[in-house]
Amino acid sequence: MTAGTGERAAATPATAVARPARRQAGWRRTGRTVGRYAGAILLAAWVLFPMYLLTVGAFSASSAIYQYPRALLPHLSLGTMRFFLDSAGVPTALGRSVIVAGITAMLAMAVGAPAGYALARFRFRFRGSYRVTIVSTRAFPVVVLSIPLAVFFLQWGIYDTIWAVALMHTALTLPFVVLITSSVFDSVAVDLEEAAQVFGCGRLGAFVRVVVPLTVPGLAAAGAFSVLMSYNEVFAASILTLERPTLPALVLNALSDSPNPYKYAAAWLLMAPTFIFIFLIRRYILGFGTQSQL
Amino acid sequence: MAYLLVFFVSPMASGVRLAFTSQTGQLGLATIHQLVNDPGFWSSITNTLIMLGLILPVQFALAIVMALLVNARLRGSGLWLYIYLLPLGISELASGILWYSIFTEQGWLNSILTDLGIIHQPVIWLSYQHPLLLICTIVIAEAWRSTSIIVIILVGGLQAIPKDYLEAADVFHASPWRKFWHVTLPLLRPTLRTALILRTVLAFEVFATVIALAGSSLDVLATKANNAYTQFQEPHLAAAYGVLIMLLSLASAALFLTVLPVRTEQAR
Repeated sequence: MTAGTGERAAATPATAVARPARRQAGWRRTGRTVGRYAGAILLAAWVLFPMYLLTVGAFSASSAIYQYPRALLPHLSLGTMRFFLDSAGVPTALGRSVIVAGITAMLAMAVGAPAGYALARFRFRFRGSYRVTIVSTRAFPVVVLSIPLAVFFLQWGIYDTIWAVALMHTALTLPFVVLITSSVFDSVAVDLEEAAQVFGCGRLGAFVRVVVPLTVPGLAAAGAFSVLMSYNEVFAASILTLERPTLPALVLNALSDSPNPYKYAAAWLLMAPTFIFIFLIRRYILGFGTQSQL
Repeated sequence: MAYLLVFFVSPMASGVRLAFTSQTGQLGLATIHQLVNDPGFWSSITNTLIMLGLILPVQFALAIVMALLVNARLRGSGLWLYIYLLPLGISELASGILWYSIFTEQGWLNSILTDLGIIHQPVIWLSYQHPLLLICTIVIAEAWRSTSIIVIILVGGLQAIPKDYLEAADVFHASPWRKFWHVTLPLLRPTLRTALILRTVLAFEVFATVIALAGSSLDVLATKANNAYTQFQEPHLAAAYGVLIMLLSLASAALFLTVLPVRTEQAR
């Protein structure tokens, strides 16, 4: 599979195989490597090229957007972006989105990180089924949850507030936070914690002085991921708000009667954080993959 | 755990209750009756299922190739991983608009095809007259956006495969293709099953992409639920759609669990 094993495969029979055959095998290996890179580049283009097109749309003047055929290399212009940011309700909705994402991350970490720690450290009964439950909560559609919750929130009097959306988003991101933090805590050896206890730290002391410093980047990644999920979430936000929508909910409601420049600028602004956030969390997010193996 | 109880179990229960009570508050099947007679109900089901049937194979083919490439430790493997995961952080809505900008009548696709001389006047890709074409554009948009989550799960699965198996295959001079088909794929089966279940459930929720690309000319179950709530102010009907989506999700999860049994010695 890897280049290393490929080399071994070619090296083992070397004594028995005549030279031309070996050269042929070498060529085949080179071909395979070239093929892999070609595939990787092709797939990267599939991911990146549409993003480039959207960026061109968001940063060209609206006259260029209505031009046809379109120019692939644009004259950069901030007009479209400025038009969107000056539209009614956009700045406040953006601010609201950011606040909701912040609250979501804090709540999700406050509830999720201890659960992740418990999952990684303690061998309690039903541990396996606890993990299955957490993974499967993600399997319940947002659609099913948001509508009854909207009715609840109406009764509690927090419908159409930042808190309603943040509470919902916390519930949605929680499974991911638990699984990611649990893989982060898993990566710190228990021995280290025990060693700290031998040298006189209490359980809490060991946690604060040893585990926390080692896991800060991973925990931050889990928090960042919940920020990203909250910032992007549309369905619940659109159901749970009326007059005070988050940015995605605002854009969704305005979609049918807004001009293309508005849409492109909005989509670009919704897309932008991914470049930074995925970069920060790309290593830790794989922990979700390993932890969700049932 | 308590949080999960409050935000998963209780809404679930009251969602079911909402669905089985009518507008006037009577317990019964009135809402279900309304649901079945809702215009566009059956077409929203068929649309959802066709979409699902097209998304799964496309997306899994893409995701398996991406995961294998990430796992192949090419030069700059971190960079490839980064690129393949980028769509993970993009909202459904943004990706819907992005693909709208490509498929719309004066969009990028027509523009590029004209430049290449393949077509002479713009093709209308997004039209209510060609629902199948509309579904295909949604499938492409979804395949672009949500393959990342499967890549993550598959990379996790690939890394859990003990090296010994592949080395054993090397001893017998197995070709890469045979190694993939007879060693990697069977060992990846539990992982694929998890990913399939997750992906299917998420596909039932596809919502903003549909609205951005098709507006009101195509309905899937999730858009019907949203419309019932926001436009027609019928929480009961909306909840009934929600419950239907949940039942379909559970049914498909059960289907994958029975169709793809995992023997315990494999699951280790």
